[in-house]
Amino acid sequence: MIATLEQPQPIETEISTQIVASLEGVNKNYGSVRALRGVDFRVRAGEVVALLGPNGAGKTTAVKLLLGLMQPDSGRVRVLGGDPTNPENRMRTGAMLQVGRVPETLRVREHIDLFSTYYPKPLPLVEIMAAAGLEKLGERKFGDLSGGQRQRVLFALAICGDPDLLFLDEPTVGLDVEARRMLWDEIRRMVERGKTVLLTTHYLQEADALADRIAVIHEGEIIAHGTPAEIKAKTSGKRIRCITSLGISSLREISGVTAVKQDRDAVEIHGVEAEPIVRELLARDATLSGLEVSSAGLEEAFLALTHEGAQNGTQSK
Amino acid sequence: MSTATIALGNQRIERSPGHIAAIYLKEMKYEFLKNLRLRMYTASVLSFPIMFYVLFGLVLNAHQTIGGTGVPMYLIATYGTFGVMGASLFGTAAGLASDRGLGWLQVKRASPMPPFAYFVAKVVTSMIFSTIIVLALFALGIALGGVRMPVVDFVRLLGTLAAGSLPFSAMGLAVGYFTGPNSAPATINLIYLPMSFCSGLWVPFMFLPKIVQKIALALPPYHLSQLALGIVGAGNHESSTTHWEVLAAFTMICLGVARIGFQRDQEKMYG
Repeated sequence: MIATLEQPQPIETEISTQIVASLEGVNKNYGSVRALRGVDFRVRAGEVVALLGPNGAGKTTAVKLLLGLMQPDSGRVRVLGGDPTNPENRMRTGAMLQVGRVPETLRVREHIDLFSTYYPKPLPLVEIMAAAGLEKLGERKFGDLSGGQRQRVLFALAICGDPDLLFLDEPTVGLDVEARRMLWDEIRRMVERGKTVLLTTHYLQEADALADRIAVIHEGEIIAHGTPAEIKAKTSGKRIRCITSLGISSLREISGVTAVKQDRDAVEIHGVEAEPIVRELLARDATLSGLEVSSAGLEEAFLALTHEGAQNGTQSK
Repeated sequence: MSTATIALGNQRIERSPGHIAAIYLKEMKYEFLKNLRLRMYTASVLSFPIMFYVLFGLVLNAHQTIGGTGVPMYLIATYGTFGVMGASLFGTAAGLASDRGLGWLQVKRASPMPPFAYFVAKVVTSMIFSTIIVLALFALGIALGGVRMPVVDFVRLLGTLAAGSLPFSAMGLAVGYFTGPNSAPATINLIYLPMSFCSGLWVPFMFLPKIVQKIALALPPYHLSQLALGIVGAGNHESSTTHWEVLAAFTMICLGVARIGFQRDQEKMYG
C-alpha cells in the first residue's frame, strides 16, 4: 500500500477518464526562487483534487498558472483542452484567489451582479447568495464585512457563472469552524452537480474531508499523491527515537521506514508500524540506547512526509 | 472512476455584442458608484476645485477682471482644468495601483471580463466626474457670479474640459502601473499640485514668474487651460491646434508607458 506511494508519478492508468486541467513538467522560477520544479499534475472531470502543502510550497503559483495569470518557464499548462488564457475557457472556470483588498465601497450584491454579468449563463442571484451564505448581507458594503464574510463573497464570485471547473486557492483561510463546514458542504454540492474542483489548502483535515485525490506539494515539488486514505496512512505513522551507531542511509534502507532525521545526538525515524522497525534496529545495533516510540501527530507526520520529499529530492540530483 | 464528463476543446461560447455592451456599462456603473462612495475621492477631487472657486471666484474677486474677462468666468476655465486633472489622475491611478498591488486585478483577470472593459470603465468614469465638476462650477458661476455666455461657448467649454480628461486619465494609468497601492496617491499629488501651479491654474498665468511661464509651455494642464481660456476670451492667443496636438501627443506617450507597465505585469505577476 505504501510502496505505491513512494515516488510521485504521473497518473497514466486511467486514460479513459477525461483530464480537464493539467500541469506537465512545469517549472516556474521567481528570480532565484524555484517556485515549481518539474510539476506533473492532473485534474480529471468531476473530481475534487486538493493540493496540500505548507505556505510557500508553490500552491498559489500552480493555481495562477492554471488560471493563465502567469506563464511557466518550461512545461505545459492545459485547461479544458486548451490554453488557460483562452477567453472561452474563462467563461467556464471560476476562481477564488487570495486578495489583499477588494473594492470596499461596493455592496455584496453589486459585486456579485457585476461578476455574474461576465458569464454567458450565470446562476440566479438568490441562488448564489444562498450558496455562499450571504442572504442577509446583500446590502452590506464589502468594507463592512468580517474576514469570514469576505471569503464567502469571494467564493460567491467564483461560483456565480456556474462554471464547470472551479479553482479555490486556500478557500477556508480565516474562516471559523462553522463557516468552514458550510463552505465544505457547498463545495460538495458543486461536485454533485458535476463540477470539477481544484483546491489548495494547508490543512490535511480539509483535504481529507473534500478531496478524491490529494497531491502533497513541498518546496515546489509534488512529493506524494494518492487518495486521502493513502496519504493518511503515509502520514499517520509512528515516531521512533533512539541513539544508534547506524548511519542515516542504512537506517533508510530498513523496510517500513518513511523518514529519518538527525536530532542532536539521536535519530528520529518515522515509519508506519513501529514493531518491525524496532526489531530490525535492535538486531543490527547491539549498542542502541535511549529508545522511545510515540505516535506521530498529524502535523508532525505531515512534516515527516515533506522532509522525506526534500531528501528524495536531494538524492535524485 | 468518475462518470462526469466535461466538453473539452474550443467550445463556441460567444457573448452577443449586446451582452458585451452590457458588461462595459455595468463595469462603468460600478466604477462610478465605487468612486462616488469613496470619501477620499469625492472629498478631495470634487470638493477642492469647487471650494477654491467659491472662495476666490465668488467671495473674494467676483467683480474684478483678468485681461478683460470677469474673474468668475476666468476661473471656471482654470479651476475646471484643475478639477478635471484631479478627477482623472486620482480616478485612474489610485484604483489601478491598489487593484494591481493587492490582488484584485488578478481576480478580475481570471474572470471572463473583457480586459479592456476595466480600463474603459476607469477612463469613462473619470470623464463623468470631470464633467460633474465643470457643471458644478458653471452652476455656481451662473447663479452667484453673474456668469453669462452663449450656449455654443458653454457647450464648447464643457466639451473641451471633458475631452481634456483623456490625457490625464492616460497619465493616471501610466502612474498606476509604476506605483504601489500606498505610494500612488502621494505620487499623484507630487505631479498634480506643482503642475497646477506652474500651468497657471491657481495664479493667473500672466502673474507667474517668467521662468515658470517658460516651464508651463511643457505642461499638459497649461495647454488644456489655454484651450478653455481661449473660449472665454482670455487665452494667450496661441494656436489651439498646437494645444490639441500637444495634448494628443502627451496622451499617446502616457498610453505607451502604461502599455509597458501592462506588459511588465503580464510577464511577472509576482511581488
